[in-house]
Amino acid sequence: MVKISMTVNGKNVEGEVSPRTLLVEFIREHLKLTGTHVGCDTSQCGACVIHVDGDSAKSCTMLAVQADGSNIITIEGLANGEEMHPMQAAFKENHGLQCGFCTPGMVMSAIDLANKNGDLTEELVREGLEGNICRCTGYHNIVKSVLDGANAMKAAE
Amino acid sequence: MSKLIPDITKDKIAGGVYQNKLHDSGHKHVNGQAVYVDDIPEPHGMLHIYMGMSTVAHAKIKSMDLSEMRASEGVACVLTVEDIPGINDYSPVKGDDPIFAEGKVEFIGQPIFAVAADTIDLARAAAKKAVIEYEELPAILTIADAMEKGSYVSDPHVMARGDADGRIATAKHVIKNSVELGGQEQFYLEGMIAMSIPGEDDEVKVYSSTQHPSEVQHNVAKALAVPDHAVTIETRRLGGGFGGKESQPALMASVSALVAKATGRAAKLRLDRDDDMVMTGKRHDFHFEYEVGFNDDGLIEGVSMLHACRAGYSSDLTDAIADRAMFHCDNVYWLPNIKVESYRCKTNTVSNTAFRGFGGPQGVFLIERIIDEIAAKLDKDPLEVRQKNFYGVDDNNVTPYHMTVEDNVIHEIFEELEESSDYQKRRAEIREFNKHSKVLKKGIAMTPVKFGISFTTTFLNQAGALVHIYTDGSVKLNHGGIEMGQGLFTKVAQVVAEEFQIDIERVKITATDTSKVPNTSATAASSGSDMNGMAAQAAARTIKQRLTDFAATQFQASVEDVEWLPNRVRVGSEEIAFTDLVKQAYLNRISLSSTGYYATPKIHYDRENCKGRPFFYFSYGAAVTEVLVDTLTGENKITRVDILHDVGKSLNPTIDLGQVEGAYVQGAGWLTTEELWWDQTGRLRTHAPSTYKIPACSDRAEDMRISLWEKGKNAEETIYRSKAVGEPPLVLGISAFHAISDAIASVTDYEVYPALDAPATAERVLMAVDRTKKAAKS
Ligand code: FES
Ligand code: FES
Repeated sequence: MVKISMTVNGKNVEGEVSPRTLLVEFIREHLKLTGTHVGCDTSQCGACVIHVDGDSAKSCTMLAVQADGSNIITIEGLANGEEMHPMQAAFKENHGLQCGFCTPGMVMSAIDLANKNGDLTEELVREGLEGNICRCTGYHNIVKSVLDGANAMKAAE
Repeated sequence: MSKLIPDITKDKIAGGVYQNKLHDSGHKHVNGQAVYVDDIPEPHGMLHIYMGMSTVAHAKIKSMDLSEMRASEGVACVLTVEDIPGINDYSPVKGDDPIFAEGKVEFIGQPIFAVAADTIDLARAAAKKAVIEYEELPAILTIADAMEKGSYVSDPHVMARGDADGRIATAKHVIKNSVELGGQEQFYLEGMIAMSIPGEDDEVKVYSSTQHPSEVQHNVAKALAVPDHAVTIETRRLGGGFGGKESQPALMASVSALVAKATGRAAKLRLDRDDDMVMTGKRHDFHFEYEVGFNDDGLIEGVSMLHACRAGYSSDLTDAIADRAMFHCDNVYWLPNIKVESYRCKTNTVSNTAFRGFGGPQGVFLIERIIDEIAAKLDKDPLEVRQKNFYGVDDNNVTPYHMTVEDNVIHEIFEELEESSDYQKRRAEIREFNKHSKVLKKGIAMTPVKFGISFTTTFLNQAGALVHIYTDGSVKLNHGGIEMGQGLFTKVAQVVAEEFQIDIERVKITATDTSKVPNTSATAASSGSDMNGMAAQAAARTIKQRLTDFAATQFQASVEDVEWLPNRVRVGSEEIAFTDLVKQAYLNRISLSSTGYYATPKIHYDRENCKGRPFFYFSYGAAVTEVLVDTLTGENKITRVDILHDVGKSLNPTIDLGQVEGAYVQGAGWLTTEELWWDQTGRLRTHAPSTYKIPACSDRAEDMRISLWEKGKNAEETIYRSKAVGEPPLVLGISAFHAISDAIASVTDYEVYPALDAPATAERVLMAVDRTKKAAKS
């Protein structure tokens, strides 16, 4: 067992994990933050995307020990109290979800995309979200949500 | 606070029917608070289950040595067929799906044992220690092989009308051909999962990701040898179902319940993605043969079809699925002389199951292929041949199963879409473009759908609901339907809000639960809102009638003078807030709770004679797809899609548009990129999204124009005259397939018909380009 500590959604957390524990397991099972989903277990669907030190990462592909000392944000850490993050609000308002299982990962990827691109275009969103599978929607409202959310993020800056 | 004091002055409630009310759980999905089965807090000491699966396609089990596995670290319990107190079966119909293999295995991935341990890693590690010896038997893996050996899960079925063979023999033109159509993995993003909690005596509670809680309940009870009343199934939401969670979740639920009862500990079975794809069934793949006779105009005079589908090792829902394929052999076309033979092949592969459309899309695929080929042969625009063969509105409108099509609107929809999509002009431009473009070729196609709504097994067309009003005027709603992303809970809540004329925030939707509404049907066949909406309306109306009577007595008025207004009731000149009326009714001992029930009227079917009215009504739509194909690599891209779809009077246009779009993309995926591939030993090699290509964001057409048909109104008395929407638009994906075929045809200047098999993967496209080029030369 290995002792690890990190900042998750602004709080310091500590834990003891086996060297093989995945980061997503640590988040879901130790920290009980179940908003981060597991869709494929193998780094392909994007349902498990979180932010590690400001970059989006598939948490099913990282070991918990790799995240030792880092700063992590999950879907639960986006809202400011009652107030949603602009990207969350955009997904809700644009009906950018159906079953909702892909949504947390989509929102996390979308925020990263918006952060890293000054001006998001539809083209950039299409390519940028390639690693996030949604089986319910046809992505139309998702793309709309991301563009709206990115605009709102800019406006809030 | 505002939510607690409803506005009693406004003239329209928030969230009634026909409004764009957003998803009931939208806010929870975006902040990660929506709870799926795997997110429910795990009870102390819960066990994790791993399933041991067959590694060969067909074999006798010679011996099993599980002793080392049992002794492995953290293992609490091992189950095999010996440990099932009840019946070793989780099948929906025929009793041919063993929970654990008994003496023999019939496909790679078949469950043989379950091992439960403190963690999933320990369970998985233990499973590796099982030693199983097989005596391999010859395996039947393909439809062709099964057809040759006469290996079927049930008897072949024939539907015929008129004199197909005779009319084909005398027709001026005849085409005889065959086509292969692949299956499809549901790939619900939330994999199969169940968690069971043992209760007192013989009781058990199961949280199951299923579209059919009542069936899961029966199967769990059957396996445990307890009455149904001992088993409770609860399902709040699914992370997608698409039919894949109709029958087979009973396996996960049964195994987790068996472990829970055997150990007295809670137990969870969650399949990881690869195991899920190997162990659970998919859309049926088909082999089709056809012979069609037609005249110079392309009018079909006689047609004979052979459907052969791959059921897999057991029946599951194959009979109903293959029947639905037959029911859709006509799509929107008048086929006076037709014969369809249907074979349900038994193979040593996973048991195929429901997938959105349930055989319907496969049935439509064939007739659309036939029409397309007729048009190619006559050098006509396929659109013209389609229209030529459409059912009439008042005549030539009887289906091969003798049901009169009373609500035909395809003529109107086709005309409107042809115009709004600029089909003719674009087709001409595409032909011009192709003349000058050597490598990149464009194609376009317009295809229709008519989809029968109702379960074709008539007794399934029933639903129940339960509505309570509490004394503060808030409402709790429960029904047998499952929320899997399609917005069912929102729509049914809209119906209840509308009935009581209260804001939708006052209506709380609760998890589907077999102890609240019993004996329900699967949420399937697109019937969720039709049936549960009606049942909830019935429940609400019962209470509403009581309140109306009470208000009339209270104000000494007649019942006719009671008028329901937003958040209030007017009696003569007096107005009373809904909340006050409810409170007074309670004080006067009026019951504020009711069940509601609905059975779809008019339907009946005599399967033996293929006669009756299996469907309450039909849903219609049409799509135009344009594609760009690289004829050097086979790569292709959908560039524009226009869809016009009839959902009757939409209960919720935002949700319906989302359904149409998602269904189209799923249908196009099925016929283009999604290829399931088994090797010669019967092992599925495409068991993860790395090898199985699901449409991604970057695949989406840049230009997508989707509209609900404004004139839509259900001719039948459905819930607020809406129409079902879940499955029908999936069929529109067929237009993408034909557009690709059209682009390939341009390589030989439309001389040679590409005769594509589906899915039209890059590889198949490339092969078709080669084939047609060679044919053109010779
Ligand atoms: S679960 Fe991590 S990418 Fe799918
Ligand atoms: S909303 Fe269901 S997978 Fe995206």
